[in-house]
Amino acid sequence: MKKFIKFLKRPITSTILAILCGFIVSGVILALVGYNPVSAFVSLLNGIFSRPKYIFKVIERSTPIILTGISVAFSFKAGLFNIGAEGQYILGSIAATIVGISFNLHPIFQVPLVVFSGVLAGAIWGVITGFLKAKFGIHEVILGIMLNWIAFHICNFIVNHNLYHKPNSSRTYSINSSGFTMILNTWKRSKDGIEALRKNKLLSDILLKTDLNIGFIVAVLVAMVVWFILKKTTLGFAVRAVGLNPSAAKIAGIGIKRNITSTLAISGAISGLAAALAITGTSPHALYQLVMFENIGFNGLSVALIANSSPIGCIFSGLFFSGLIYGGNSIQSDLNIPSEVISITIGSVLFFVALTKCLPMLIGKFSKRGENHVE
Amino acid sequence: MKKSNTDLAIQMKNICKNFGPIKALQNVNLSIKRGSIHALLGENGAGKTTLMNILYGLYSADCGEIHINGKKVDIKNPSIAIENGIGMVHQHFKLVEKFTAAENIMLGKEVTNKFGILDINRFRDSISKIMNQYGIKVDLDAKIENLSVGTQQRVEILKALYRGADILILDEPTAVLTSQETEELVKTLRDLASTGKTVLIITHKLKEIKASSDFCTIIRKGVCIDTVDVKGSSEIELAEKMVGRNVNLVIEKNKANFGKITFSIYGLNVLKENSKSLKALKNVSLNIRQGEILGIAGVDGNGQKELVHAITGLCKVQSGTIKINGKEIQNKKIKDIIKSKVSVIQEDRLKNAVILDLSVAENSVLEKFSDPPFSQKGILKEKEINKFTDKIIQEYNVFPAGCGKSVIRNLSSGNQQKIVIAREIANNPDLLIAVQPTRGLDIGAIEYVHKILIEQRDKGKAILLISQEFDEIMNLSDTISVLYNGEIVGTFSKENADENEIGLLMAGGSNSEKIH
Amino acid sequence: MSNNILSVILTTFMYSTPLVLASLGGVISECSGVINIGIEGMMSFGAFTGACVGYFSGNPWLGLLAGGGAGLMISFLLAIASVRFMADQTISGIALNLIGPGLSLFLCRIFFDGQTTSYSVEHKLPKFFSTIDITTLLALVAVVMVHFVFYKTKWGLRLRAVGEHPAAADTLGVNVYKIRYVCVSLSGFLSGLAGACITLSVVSQFSPATICGQGFIALAAVIFGKWTPFGTYSACLLFAFAQSLTVLFGSSNLIPSEIFNTIPYILTIVVLIFFVGKSVAPKADGIAYSKETR
Repeated sequence: MKKFIKFLKRPITSTILAILCGFIVSGVILALVGYNPVSAFVSLLNGIFSRPKYIFKVIERSTPIILTGISVAFSFKAGLFNIGAEGQYILGSIAATIVGISFNLHPIFQVPLVVFSGVLAGAIWGVITGFLKAKFGIHEVILGIMLNWIAFHICNFIVNHNLYHKPNSSRTYSINSSGFTMILNTWKRSKDGIEALRKNKLLSDILLKTDLNIGFIVAVLVAMVVWFILKKTTLGFAVRAVGLNPSAAKIAGIGIKRNITSTLAISGAISGLAAALAITGTSPHALYQLVMFENIGFNGLSVALIANSSPIGCIFSGLFFSGLIYGGNSIQSDLNIPSEVISITIGSVLFFVALTKCLPMLIGKFSKRGENHVE
Repeated sequence: MKKSNTDLAIQMKNICKNFGPIKALQNVNLSIKRGSIHALLGENGAGKTTLMNILYGLYSADCGEIHINGKKVDIKNPSIAIENGIGMVHQHFKLVEKFTAAENIMLGKEVTNKFGILDINRFRDSISKIMNQYGIKVDLDAKIENLSVGTQQRVEILKALYRGADILILDEPTAVLTSQETEELVKTLRDLASTGKTVLIITHKLKEIKASSDFCTIIRKGVCIDTVDVKGSSEIELAEKMVGRNVNLVIEKNKANFGKITFSIYGLNVLKENSKSLKALKNVSLNIRQGEILGIAGVDGNGQKELVHAITGLCKVQSGTIKINGKEIQNKKIKDIIKSKVSVIQEDRLKNAVILDLSVAENSVLEKFSDPPFSQKGILKEKEINKFTDKIIQEYNVFPAGCGKSVIRNLSSGNQQKIVIAREIANNPDLLIAVQPTRGLDIGAIEYVHKILIEQRDKGKAILLISQEFDEIMNLSDTISVLYNGEIVGTFSKENADENEIGLLMAGGSNSEKIH
Repeated sequence: MSNNILSVILTTFMYSTPLVLASLGGVISECSGVINIGIEGMMSFGAFTGACVGYFSGNPWLGLLAGGGAGLMISFLLAIASVRFMADQTISGIALNLIGPGLSLFLCRIFFDGQTTSYSVEHKLPKFFSTIDITTLLALVAVVMVHFVFYKTKWGLRLRAVGEHPAAADTLGVNVYKIRYVCVSLSGFLSGLAGACITLSVVSQFSPATICGQGFIALAAVIFGKWTPFGTYSACLLFAFAQSLTVLFGSSNLIPSEIFNTIPYILTIVVLIFFVGKSVAPKADGIAYSKETR
């Protein structure tokens, strides 16, 4: 019994339980409207694992949401709700696109320049939120929502601007290819490359059918760096202290206002990085006219929440999330089941994450209620 | 037998309550005579509040039965308790701060017309009757947040009476009152008892029991020890029954040995929070010498919070100076003030001193983690942090001994407070401010904290003690200043301190006798 | 000129109506102590259901009611999670924001031949003097009613007490859980109405872009309006006013329309900086109430 309680109390257990429940709910919904949930599930798995291309597509698509997930998770640690990740992402992609189009240096300079501009723009968007919250005490959720929309319209302004708009399209020009970050990009288009890939089915499936890029590796590195910052540095200590008990942190001499601003700056930078990597790493390497939000930042919220705000956990929940979305397409194409069932699944998983989070607490209450309540 | 039963307002028989493996109450029996004032005495954690929460229907007992006026009742929730004429005034008042006194009294038993629309006038009539009958007056239209603690308590009592309470339970009613207010309360309770109401007081203060109660039931570790007639028992007897061993009510300390003035405040003015003109502190001046404990006596809300905030840099100083070792620190950054050797044992530990979900080690270095040796170039040095933590755990006998890495939430409140005190003293401060340092601790821990404060004094530190516990101030301080309405209205050396005079000043009486 | 003024006023009302209804729901829910981040999702489901029922029944009123009902239904998830199980209100709210639109589009494809856009309803909701939407009036009535209930009746007193100090209310025999259930459900109903308002009086069909961010703006309006019905109403009007200005001036070529579109949002921030002090939420807002920890 004790072992069982301990098992139930582990965060990973409740997450897996939540995922299971989420699938059951969407399965029931599918069954109710007359589809076969088992075949849908099989098709989903096929859509993720049956070809190397699919697997690498999932990885490619997971990169931005892993990063926005980390961005949100980092803010959570400081007790801030970074709903503005979406706007930070948009601004990051705007800056990366502009810089990527305007400059054309050697890749060694171009890539860092483009990526850095995205990071900087995201950070600035984050700082605006942080500064206004610290200075005027405005709720970061309002600021985030407003700044998301401002970024949204700025994006459309840039897309339609004469300098950047690609005629007869709803997007900007692509950035200069010196800023691309795909792996083996020139080689795979070279004569040797084409020759070599023709022989190797697996490699050609991965390299030619996807935009395999450095993004995922960077995302993993960022996750580790953020983990290190949180656990091993004074900055991370301060962030956690402020997040858990701002009043005690302030009295202990930790500057709350500076903390808010720097946390959101870092969060913004990570969201901006997500955008810059997407622009440099995946075609068409350009900004699109927005009709509604792309939800990269909003999905980051879900990723962070499923990961229980752990930066390392964001890698896995990001992959999970991306797998569902990508695999969901094949449910639609194979079985003609509306792919929106995936949103329902993710939503249900999240819902059960919220529920199962209380599990350890509820169990804890039964196993050792005492001390806190006897007065 | 039958007759005596109806004499009893409350009978609780064989009450047990377990929280998981912990036996909070074991076969407790309690009989309360109608029209009496009955005290429930016990240390923190003895189970007295749990017992009362069962009586009020907030918890359900695991076994046993409750009889009200000789009739067995099953009190499943507060509504049933209220129906049976039980009213409870909690230690932490259950008042909605943004509501007026009237709204708070009315809540849950509103006077309305048939459409559910509030009828304030009709309510006012009925509550005025009660106020006149028992001589309890409050301003019904004032918002709770603007009322003094004593008045808030009266609102709580009115709440119970308005619901027709015949039995009134008060949980630690005097914890936040001045001696004058306490006297008033005792008088009110006596009046209530004389009209046939039954009053139950939960307390750990012996003096008050002597002053107010007819009977006293002592509870220790969830077991009912004894019920005594208060008139026939001495304070020492009660204390020993409560603690279960011989106790020493007087704090032992050597004669003070003052050095030079290390800390001084001159002409300090501070505005009230969120106000542009109202002052929380008016021209406050004080000096503390090395080896001196200066106690600030005063009722909560008379400027104590702002005084601490001003010294520690949490609020802006409008004018005046605060000096430590000759260096002015008013309006400096919090971090810089800590570095000029000012340390604070904070009042509200859970809110202001510890971060429950950080480890004991992290809490131990909360103020110093960004300085060497605990970190270097922004990277934490875990080894140093752990070494430091282990040292203070050992030095201060923190239980359990190997707790450095576990979250501080798992420690008992006494042990949490030990970590806080150890942390502050490790700063080697020249000024140590202790705000309510013993609140919520049991007698053993209180003795320990007092011992440490005196130890620090004897080491030549300047100590500023701010406490609502009048006895704590009187027993520990070498000098006592009375803070009333933002002003220091009197300063006494220990030898010349007269309890009654200080009590009077605390309540705002007789400004003319100011000794300054 | 006067024509312009009139059109600005009319567009202001048109834009504000769904916001008012949704944020009013937010006020009710948050004042009882439950943060409702899921407004967006509830609106979405309400919008779809409204359009769907409006189309198949041919009766927009039935559609409106069904929209409210749909919002109520989905809000029940939030209520169960946050009231009964003390789950994290933010997470469960965000979950609803995924479930709401997901379910709407899923069902839309099933009911409307695999499309994500529903067919236009035959009859839209009527307009007063063929200019002002009847829902605008409905919203105003709702605001006044909620204000009255909040501050003049015993239910309002209890509701606010539950949001400020649930333990106090509980010890006086007020059923905290029941009140929160009712408030979250009402909030869902109003959010659903708000969504249906859009698909039944502003446009006439449901599409993936019908609800895109209004729920979040409503959430902001709740905070902006300091958790009071009239405060929130003014916040929504201000916001809608700024939006209608962008429609009016956006057609001029002086400033790119995209830049003009940012004005409502910038204006909101500016107003918050200069005119609205720190807003203080109800004390127990977002905190689950447990009988054990009082």
